Amino acid sequence: MLAGEYFFNGDVACAEGAIAAGCRVFAGYPITPQSEIAERMAHRLPRLGAYFLQMEDELASIAAALGAAWGGVKAMTATSGPGFSLMMENIGLAVMTETPCVIVDVQRGGPSTGLPTATSQGDMMQARWGSHGVQEIIAYAPSSPQEMFDFTIKAFNMAEQFRTPVMIMTDEVVGHMMERVVIDPEKIQITPRRKPTVPYEEFVPYRAGEDLVPEMACAGEGYRVHVTGLTHDEYGYPDMSLEAQAALVTRLADKIRKNSDQIIEYEEHFIEDAEIVIVSYGISARASWRSLALAREKGIRVGMLKLNTVWPFPQERIAALAGTVKGFVVPELNLGQIVLEVERSSAGKAIVKLVPHAGGGIHQPEQVLDAIEEVHQWRG
Amino acid sequence: MERVKARPEPEIIEDVHHPLQPYFREERLPHIWCSGCGLGTTMSCFAYALRELDIGVDDVSIVSGIGRTGRLAGYMRSDSYHTTHGRAIPFASGLRVALSLVKPGHKVVVFSGDGDLFAIGGNHFIHAARRNLDINVVCVNNFNYGMTGGQIGPTTPQGARGTTAPFGTFENPFNLPYLAASCGAPYVARWTTLHARRLKDAMVEALSRKGFSFVEVISPCPINYGRRNQMPTGLEELNYYAENSVIRNFSDPKDADISVKGEIVVGTFVDEEKPDYFSVYHKFIEQIDDEK
Repeated sequence: MLAGEYFFNGDVACAEGAIAAGCRVFAGYPITPQSEIAERMAHRLPRLGAYFLQMEDELASIAAALGAAWGGVKAMTATSGPGFSLMMENIGLAVMTETPCVIVDVQRGGPSTGLPTATSQGDMMQARWGSHGVQEIIAYAPSSPQEMFDFTIKAFNMAEQFRTPVMIMTDEVVGHMMERVVIDPEKIQITPRRKPTVPYEEFVPYRAGEDLVPEMACAGEGYRVHVTGLTHDEYGYPDMSLEAQAALVTRLADKIRKNSDQIIEYEEHFIEDAEIVIVSYGISARASWRSLALAREKGIRVGMLKLNTVWPFPQERIAALAGTVKGFVVPELNLGQIVLEVERSSAGKAIVKLVPHAGGGIHQPEQVLDAIEEVHQWRG
Repeated sequence: MERVKARPEPEIIEDVHHPLQPYFREERLPHIWCSGCGLGTTMSCFAYALRELDIGVDDVSIVSGIGRTGRLAGYMRSDSYHTTHGRAIPFASGLRVALSLVKPGHKVVVFSGDGDLFAIGGNHFIHAARRNLDINVVCVNNFNYGMTGGQIGPTTPQGARGTTAPFGTFENPFNLPYLAASCGAPYVARWTTLHARRLKDAMVEALSRKGFSFVEVISPCPINYGRRNQMPTGLEELNYYAENSVIRNFSDPKDADISVKGEIVVGTFVDEEKPDYFSVYHKFIEQIDDEK
């Protein structure tokens, strides 16, 4: 692990965060604007006696990351929109088999090949719902190289604690932005893998304790575990019954839902006196600071709720704020995704105003300011 | 006169186990495969190979994709991974690489079918062979998608029938040993399930080699393939193998095409020494100049 102050772009900071978190296998495939993560890993991992795998596509990349996790190490893959689409099926496998791993999506404009070199936040709902079936997801949204470093470590920790894939939903601007990154090894906490504490004869691979997360026995550790993407019972064996489906899928969702207070992270700024709250994440939250300042200069009391995790969504906090503020302004680099969650959570108790952007650039301060003023002037 | 002779009481012998018993998850048996299927034979050949090499259940991991062969992972007593359709090889690649950090001697074996490995997963096969990553791939080739009901696949001989080729498939099939050899696989063999002992020997050889190995197992699927191609029982498919298999060790795999009711060339096609992924990797890493 590095220590000290560095001048990194977000992609490199993400790679360094992964290494600090203990990642020892990276599997990836070149794609703009993510390639700097893979390149940094290719440069760094061999010196640590670890493996960088350049796979043949993104399907293979995520499959190799999952395989590596079952081999007993921490593993990551990184991509951008088109590759993220290809990874969806195996993200579901990771959820179903409770495989800890980290998936980074450095978002770019879409749909399809879209804008390879320009930014977007168009994959936020895909992160949540892109893989088929019923599931819950954990996703972070960093807005700076420092957060890329810090959140990547958090993502690895959450992946281990809850045995689930965790996503870093960043974007081209953060990925390519160069800034100071401070690394203080003494402040870094690492969550180790949850290993069985009982012998083989007593071990039930998918029987979970109070926090609903079972212990993980990896390959060659003597526990002879069967791991399948099929619906399975506590022993890991396929079970096609209604009861098995209900028990498994409910536990998988509940281990995220019922522990969401340990997962959800957000920052509040100028909330105390706010009549209008900007709810945003990643680069859009950062770009909105100027709008907040301009609005305050005009005497409009604006606050900021910056989502560090977007999934699970902090619906209770939004619901509480909805009862006290006039409205929410939601800038995001898409035509309305997280704003739907804000609307749902505020349940008609506050105005919710999207500041859309089709992607390719970030909001101008005036665009967000106009939305703030519109909500401010609204007489309902 | 008594019409029925009283039968002697059967002698009950306790604590006698099948020699392969430690290798299987008995609680999962009987398996789901159809009568006449070659997967049971393939699985026992593999267990015999492990026994012969004294590879314990904790020294090997089985990775499979989706399909009838995919279910094999669930019957082996080892750590076993039933992954997504087509992705057994990349999953196994990640597993193998990670294990090299924590348990270097651990074996990783991929079992999957022709559809899984060569249609949806074909890209991964050629790259794993190219990398010469230390994994053993066993493809059970029954010339069709058995689990989904007998659709044609990438190995169905031209003219053979399947539910998606009611008039016979007009596409050309893959010749798997030729494909594997052309991608650089240092060990390539093909046997049918009729050649159980030779198949076991090939698995022993494959498991003994460093690097990528490929064993194709021609296997009956009487319910879905044989029935539509004038071989409606497992026995008839085995008879076809008996009458048409020709052992040609180290022959050019280019000449190992399989046609409907045609000759099946079996044997070892490639068995050569070649630096595997890990040995090359370590050689390169040792040369890293830390100043750069």
